[in-house]
Amino acid sequence: MGGRGKAGPGLRAVRGCGRCGAGAPLTDTVPLQVVPGADPSARQLCFAWGPAEVLVCETLFGRAGTGDGAPSSSCVFVVRRDQDIYIQTLRKLFNESHGIFMGLQRSEEELAGKSRKAQLVQVSKNYRSVIRACMEDMHQAAVSTQDPALQGQYSTQVSILSAMELIWNLCEILFVESATAGPLLLRLLDWVRLHVCDVDSMVREVLSSESPSKHKLFWNVVDVFVLQGRMDEARHLLSKEASANPTSMNMYKILDDLMKKMPVPSLSNTQTLTELELKWQHWHEECQRYLQDGTFASNPHMESICKILLGDEDAILEKKELMTTWYHFLVTRLLYSHPTVKPLELRFYAQSSMDLFLGGESSPEPLDMILMAAFEFEMHQVIKECSIVLSNWWFVAHLTDLLDHCKLLQSHNLYFGSNMREFLLLEYASGLFSHHSLWQLGVDYFDHCPEYGRVYLELHIERIPLSTEQKALKVLRICEQRQMHEQVRSICKIMAMKALRNNRLGSALSWSIRAKDAAFATLISDRFLKDYSERGCFSDLDLIDNLGPSMLLSDRLTFLGKYREFHRLYGEKRFPEAARLLLTLMTAHIAPCSFWMTLLTDALPLLEQKEVIFSAEQTYELMRCLEDLTAGNPDKQKFQEDDIETTKVEMLRLALARNLARVIVKEGTVEGS
Amino acid sequence: MEDVSAKFVSQKISRTRWRPLPAAALQPPDLFATGSWDNEDNRISIWSAGDLGNAGLNGEYHGEPHLLCDIQHNGDVMDMQFLDQERIVVASSTGTVTVFHHHQNNQTLSADHRWEKAHYHVDQDTACGGAACTGVVCNNPEIVTVGEDGRINLFRADQKDAVRTIDNADSSTLHAVTFLRTTEILTVNSIGQLKIWDLRQQRNEPSQIFSLAGDRVPLHCVDRHPNQQHIVATGGQDGMLSIWDIRQGTMPVSLLNAHEAEMWEVHFHPSDPDHLFTCSEDGSLWHWDTSTNVSEKPSFLHQGGRSTAYLSHSTINQSVVSAWLSSDPTKDRMEITNLIPNQTLSVNSLDVLGPCLVYGTDAEAIYVNRHLFA
Repeated sequence: MGGRGKAGPGLRAVRGCGRCGAGAPLTDTVPLQVVPGADPSARQLCFAWGPAEVLVCETLFGRAGTGDGAPSSSCVFVVRRDQDIYIQTLRKLFNESHGIFMGLQRSEEELAGKSRKAQLVQVSKNYRSVIRACMEDMHQAAVSTQDPALQGQYSTQVSILSAMELIWNLCEILFVESATAGPLLLRLLDWVRLHVCDVDSMVREVLSSESPSKHKLFWNVVDVFVLQGRMDEARHLLSKEASANPTSMNMYKILDDLMKKMPVPSLSNTQTLTELELKWQHWHEECQRYLQDGTFASNPHMESICKILLGDEDAILEKKELMTTWYHFLVTRLLYSHPTVKPLELRFYAQSSMDLFLGGESSPEPLDMILMAAFEFEMHQVIKECSIVLSNWWFVAHLTDLLDHCKLLQSHNLYFGSNMREFLLLEYASGLFSHHSLWQLGVDYFDHCPEYGRVYLELHIERIPLSTEQKALKVLRICEQRQMHEQVRSICKIMAMKALRNNRLGSALSWSIRAKDAAFATLISDRFLKDYSERGCFSDLDLIDNLGPSMLLSDRLTFLGKYREFHRLYGEKRFPEAARLLLTLMTAHIAPCSFWMTLLTDALPLLEQKEVIFSAEQTYELMRCLEDLTAGNPDKQKFQEDDIETTKVEMLRLALARNLARVIVKEGTVEGS
Repeated sequence: MEDVSAKFVSQKISRTRWRPLPAAALQPPDLFATGSWDNEDNRISIWSAGDLGNAGLNGEYHGEPHLLCDIQHNGDVMDMQFLDQERIVVASSTGTVTVFHHHQNNQTLSADHRWEKAHYHVDQDTACGGAACTGVVCNNPEIVTVGEDGRINLFRADQKDAVRTIDNADSSTLHAVTFLRTTEILTVNSIGQLKIWDLRQQRNEPSQIFSLAGDRVPLHCVDRHPNQQHIVATGGQDGMLSIWDIRQGTMPVSLLNAHEAEMWEVHFHPSDPDHLFTCSEDGSLWHWDTSTNVSEKPSFLHQGGRSTAYLSHSTINQSVVSAWLSSDPTKDRMEITNLIPNQTLSVNSLDVLGPCLVYGTDAEAIYVNRHLFA
């Protein structure tokens, strides 16, 4: 037994469809999850739910009709929900983002308007930089490893992380920053420049060659720059080409001039949108003029650039290979035909750009659908699609939390649980708790789920294995800080029980004192007393002597402490005090009845001392105690024990009588003299 | 704070320790070791603090610590101490104590010697009987360990069996141990007691017991003043820092309110002992500075060089005595700084040496501060 399989992304998707869809009906196709090693065609599978994983195993029953076939394999498969949690390199992502998350929860809600927005954008950027750092680490690992399987695994992770960063960045522009017409385009351009890096190597190759203008990819690089709106770089390259071709200098000059004059939106408020539109119109007409009078006719490369500047869709689409993605096409198209696009108009351009770019040849992939949903400002759709596709809850949980802090998700409630933010955070944190080491992070996430966080934490924290006392202390601290008394008691009890099993009575007692568990303290005190009556001496004196106020926790513990005090007093030869204490233990009914005989026997040496210790009154009390004891259990007549018992009682009676005689004489003498 | 470099290491760090410097060394420490806990696969790692000389190799990771070598360790690393320049003694939650050897020529780690189940419950031979070893302290060649089983072991690095074992030395869990003198050790336990043991005596009893009054809050860490051996600092479960004068009384001289949760480690600065550092479960790391206490004192800390620091020590010793032991709060002009303002998860360990501080957290990160007094 004990085979261990890990789930692919599929199982996560099953859950994603069913529940994260923010109220969507269960109509989406449910992807199948294949458990490698288990064969459902031959045998029926059975399963059991765990907090964050499912146990699957093959049963003895074959499929209907096939009967019992070959013996079933003796493997139990652990199918995990959030498999990314177990990737070593991603732990950095979880830990670092935890800090950012906590910062965001602490951040000042009161900050108004702009400064609040700036703060949120900064948080979003921090999250992205963590993803990027993680990506770099993963890339580094992929490069340095020799194992091809591992390498493939790392590369997959790199691509997933980069997709996550791409989506996050777009959400940051559209939702968090909610850029307005003008700056919106600039942001989208940055976004494309940052993420379309397939062409980077080509650019580097050309730029580092001896004479770039002679390179066969020269015009491709110029096109890349133009398509990405990197005008200065394009002009710089063109000037090199121009100096090599003095004959067509004029043509270069005109193109250079056009590119230089192209009006771009500015981030500052110095120009209004109308001004920009006017300028742009003017520039557009100028480009049109040059194209029509055939200025660039002699050079097809330059002519196509001019066409791109004019926003000619066919000309741009010809450069499909250089753009690689439809969203690059979208942004280029916006740059050269609708530079003042408003956020809400994006959806139309996005849809048509995708259709044009894919041209019916290929169907959109999940990533395309997510980006499209973002362009359509369908925040919930974005989150839903991401939940389905990604193999972790990290991304959706943190993104949703951020959007929630932007006050963008408030109106939306689920028909179960509380709201989407909380639901996703709970899922993510539950995943963390199923991890042997990351559970500590999960605590803080639960803390920030107002409705169900506490219940989840209570249920999860009890299931943390307490391997050492130090770990128990850490778990205990978490519970105590949150006033989870029930859990505190249960943890202390577990630890006390463990200590007891290991014969560490002292430890066990201090655990039950910490939990203020009176019943258990009584149990342990009894063990101490039993040990004492068997061995005639106390163990763990350092603890019992130092009980202090905690002695009052249970009656038995009080007795134990006091009884030990009696022994100490006796040892220090402070007999009168010892005698008084001993008597009080019985008369105040602190001592359990079963222990009275021992106490009376302890009184024997005191009675036999040279000087008189018990006063007449005290002696009467002792006698009464003895009579109570013997009268209380007359039916307990057993032969063997009986002999010893009777001798003891006889001896006590004798000693008491003698003491009484002595004390009467003494007291009489003192009074008489 | 700009001088702090951090690295996320994908494992929760339970201990960080600087490698001791050779006697005549003038340069700051450069190597440190870390141990992890609560992992399926725990590790001992040796790091280079990433000084400026190494920054050229990968420019953007300016001064970030980088891994030299690591080795798998069975169980949580509970405590760790350098025995000498090359050997590290590690206490495990399985009860085993291991001496690891760091081979500096080829940057590898290997296990030199192992005392299996040095700490155990009930029976040493049963499969699951190990009890966590919670503390270790070395004074080459002697190694003393304490554990959850309340046992004290004395080993010698070169001997196969324990030199001395005190069974049932404590009825509760022993949390930490340190040397008081070469033959005497100090232990702290989970019922708020500080005990002195004289290893020369054959009696299995402590020679002195000190304890906190009242609630008997568990003590988690202990350190002794490097020059004045009668001054001892302990940290408790409630985050309180206690200063004890073991020459007198049975109670702490002063109780200083500090952290909000368990104090995991306390360290006097080994060469500037009027500085003290504590770290805690609440995610803070405090720097206690009593050097401002004496106004006429020369500010030797800011002169930089270690040699000057050594010189000035003998002259200021008199004033330092009163700094830690003064129990008058009005005269107390201790300067306290929290070195980590926004941390949320526990800082499990810290170590100071020269101008350098290293600490490790449950947030799976290690931090190095190379200009502590700048």
